[in-house]
Amino acid sequence: MSMINYASREINCKLVYYGPGLGGKTTNLEFVFAKVAPNSRGKLISLATETERTLFFDFLPVDLGTIRGFKTRFHLYTVPGQVYYNASRKLILKGVDGVVFVADSQIERMEANIEAMQNLYDNMAQHGYNLTTIPFVIQYNKRDLPNAATIRELQAALNPGWAVEDPAKQRAVPDPYHEGDFLVEQIDGQWIERAPYFEAVAMSGDGVFDTLKAVSKQVLKSLGST
Amino acid sequence: MPGASSWSFREEDSQRITVILSAFLRESNARTAMIVDRAGQMVSTVGEEPTFDPTAFASLTAADFSANDQLARMIGEPEFGSLFHQGEKESMYLADIARRVILVVLFDNRTTLGMVKLRVRQTVTDLRHVFEEMFTREPSGKPPVESGFMGEAEDEIDRLFGA
Repeated sequence: MSMINYASREINCKLVYYGPGLGGKTTNLEFVFAKVAPNSRGKLISLATETERTLFFDFLPVDLGTIRGFKTRFHLYTVPGQVYYNASRKLILKGVDGVVFVADSQIERMEANIEAMQNLYDNMAQHGYNLTTIPFVIQYNKRDLPNAATIRELQAALNPGWAVEDPAKQRAVPDPYHEGDFLVEQIDGQWIERAPYFEAVAMSGDGVFDTLKAVSKQVLKSLGST
Repeated sequence: MPGASSWSFREEDSQRITVILSAFLRESNARTAMIVDRAGQMVSTVGEEPTFDPTAFASLTAADFSANDQLARMIGEPEFGSLFHQGEKESMYLADIARRVILVVLFDNRTTLGMVKLRVRQTVTDLRHVFEEMFTREPSGKPPVESGFMGEAEDEIDRLFGA
């Protein structure tokens, strides 16, 4: 629910980083905080436990500057990953404009990834939002670890795609980020669409900004349509 | 817009709200009145300019209110329509408006909680009318931003987040 404030000439968009516990959501925000020029971002607020596990959320506002007279700002949020924090996780999705799912590539975390993805779909649905129609990207984090699953395995488990029913959208769309892959394609007579994905090592920052750029551009594009 | 719907806040909305909040501040002797939306965005501030970071304040306010909403449900209440946080010198009073935005009142010992609560009641009713009208307004049919916005915004994203 982006808000356009014509009185103060501001546009604010809400991006939420979702995913299993210890997957790297907070690390993504910390890297953005460290790398974006201080005059383009606010404070990083973390509501965390004493052991630095996210209790409620992390919050980081990033300013894009003034565009066509509108001060444009992204509000980046993370949610707590642990299963038992679902109540607070759901609250943070309220009014979301774009979602980044941060998956943990380690093969041992596959179940936790799948559970978190299912939980994301459920919580979005409870707010009346549809993940297949709002800006959504997936980040496969921790690609540097020796026990990382292959992209093919992760895609099959977490991003198998959803059916494209609208005939106007039933045309092949190449994946701009991966040559030879498609975001929309026909498989066994059925048109399916997948979320764009990115490989990342959030600790060193690899892929963090690629992910953020992709989702923020999608969000702004959705503002340009009625 | 797909998914969550976007909403717009116009110049005339701002004027109407400023009139209502200014009258409230005068009558209650509170310092500052703010409107924050439930997604955590600051909509409007009237009265003494706060010295804190308003963006962070708005996100925490929305989270505070949402968390208390859930607590209300657990004890069998549909919601807590208002919340009060008491400090030694500074206090804040929060009230729900039309389930979409939150009125936040900051006040100190120049007034009392009783006075704020007394005056806030009519203010909430007045604001509810304004916001309900705003949220049921027909969309203009035009895209919310002009056509050149997207291209410039993409350039800014590349500049800020690295091309």
